[in-house]
Amino acid sequence: MSVETVDRPAPERGGATAPLLAVNNVEVIYDHVILVLKGVSLEVPPGGIVALLGANGAGKSTTLKAISNLLRAERGEVTKGSVQFDGERVDGLTPNDLVTRGVIQVMEGRHCFEHLTVEENLMTGAYTRREGRRAVADDLEKVYGYFPRLKERRTSQAGYTSGGEQQMTAIGRALMSRPRMILLDEPSMGLAPQLVEEIFEIVRRLNEREGVTFLLAEQNTNIALRYASYGYILENGRVVLDGDAETLRSNEDVKEFYLGLGTAGRKSYRDVKFYKRRKRWL
Amino acid sequence: MSAFFIDPFVDIFSYPAFFLEVLIGGLLAGVMYSLVALGFVLIFKASGVFNFAQGAMVLFAALTLVGLIDLGAPVWLAIVATIAVMVTLAMSIEKVVLRPLVNQPAIILFMATIGISYFLDGFGQTIWGSEIKTLEVGIPKSPLMVGEVLISRFDLFAGLTAGVLVAVLAIFFQKTRVGRALRAVADDHQAAMSVGIPLRTIWVIVWSVAGIVALVAGIMWGSKLGVQFSIVLVALKALPVLILGGFTSIPGAIVGGLIIGSGEKVAEVFWGPALGGAIEDWFGYMLAMLFLLFRPQGLFGEKIIERV
Repeated sequence: MSVETVDRPAPERGGATAPLLAVNNVEVIYDHVILVLKGVSLEVPPGGIVALLGANGAGKSTTLKAISNLLRAERGEVTKGSVQFDGERVDGLTPNDLVTRGVIQVMEGRHCFEHLTVEENLMTGAYTRREGRRAVADDLEKVYGYFPRLKERRTSQAGYTSGGEQQMTAIGRALMSRPRMILLDEPSMGLAPQLVEEIFEIVRRLNEREGVTFLLAEQNTNIALRYASYGYILENGRVVLDGDAETLRSNEDVKEFYLGLGTAGRKSYRDVKFYKRRKRWL
Repeated sequence: MSAFFIDPFVDIFSYPAFFLEVLIGGLLAGVMYSLVALGFVLIFKASGVFNFAQGAMVLFAALTLVGLIDLGAPVWLAIVATIAVMVTLAMSIEKVVLRPLVNQPAIILFMATIGISYFLDGFGQTIWGSEIKTLEVGIPKSPLMVGEVLISRFDLFAGLTAGVLVAVLAIFFQKTRVGRALRAVADDHQAAMSVGIPLRTIWVIVWSVAGIVALVAGIMWGSKLGVQFSIVLVALKALPVLILGGFTSIPGAIVGGLIIGSGEKVAEVFWGPALGGAIEDWFGYMLAMLFLLFRPQGLFGEKIIERV
């Protein structure tokens, strides 16, 4: 982790296949004054699971919203840079266009439609589909296959289901649009560790069996790096470090600041004053 | 005391046919309130906005219809043209008012609808004039005798229309893709956008539907009272109906209308003398106030779901 990583050109890895999603030097300003992203670049290969890591307020959600274009509804604006999906620029499109092209976001905090039943929630995900009832009904069954628990609760109002069920509903709802890529924001939020594991297992299966590419923003660095193949670490609206999940996991700074594993093992209370101050790249 | 607690019941039981007549008259009059309340419910359901301009939309639709008929258009053509005007109005409202105010608190949008309301009042009367006009679309007006009970044919027709309207709307909201999207938008704008539901289209649809409902209400009230500015005030009567039925429930708007309509007529006729008359004017509001105290979401309104 060094300062030089900040303004480097877009990372080149693999090289062989063109990335499915490429974010180039994107800058985001909220309300015309608040600079949130200061030039973020990242790439997601087709069929990959890429993690976007970082603390609260680092810009993970903003990055995802800049891609899905949900930003505009929050008075945010992409002022610089570009986003390319499948080789085409998509930063001027509406969220509706993006969903049609196969990019869908699962928002932080689930955002289920509380007064709709679980099944109706899932069906709203098929809003952009044009292939007719049969295909949609088949996909509904498929979603129930991945989330059997949702089938049991299909007629309950989503507002009365548990946090885990809501997260499953939100992911299932996104699946109903037949996405090529899901932008998954903070899937672990407010869930019990066991459920978090379950959700990530499903993400992996969807990735392997349905070929869905994932870009996931996550605070829980540990679990995200176990399931993702590549990771970007954001701080203060910039990518400060990126690399293979394996490399990141063994990086000393990542261990120290994000995984909670100090180099020296357990510290004695006396050493606290020598404790390394957390680095910031401002 | 006896004038209040005993005499009215004595009257009711001594003249059951008369009571029935008052009750039925009240129920059917209530349906007329429901027609206006429906427009409010539609927009509130889909955008969480209390549309103050609903009354003005009723007047505007009625004025446009009468204006076109006076220009010599046949009734059916005038109705089709008025529907087109209401859809255009919906599109303009979305473009000029809703789009710039996206993501603002509901109270801001509410104030914007007050603005729309004044604009429509003025605009409609500037174009079509402000004198009272009669609207004649061929609804029968002669009363009907069923046994000993006198029923207004006009009110019966209004009740039937409202019933059909509600059935169509209920199917639209519950069973269709667009209806589901409308409810989704009502629950959570952002999430709706995130799954690819285009908000602008949805708003245009919902305001158009509200415009068409306003036209139906305008035809009914216009035929009954004549097309004039005071139609706007009918919207005030829809308020207790909404509070009773719940702001988010289409059946609620109907049941609320029935309760308010029958309640105020029965109260006026049987309890009016004990209280010096004119109960009808405030009975609905008093009932609404009681509801606000004990059941603020109304009879059928969606409960505010809060999980801890």
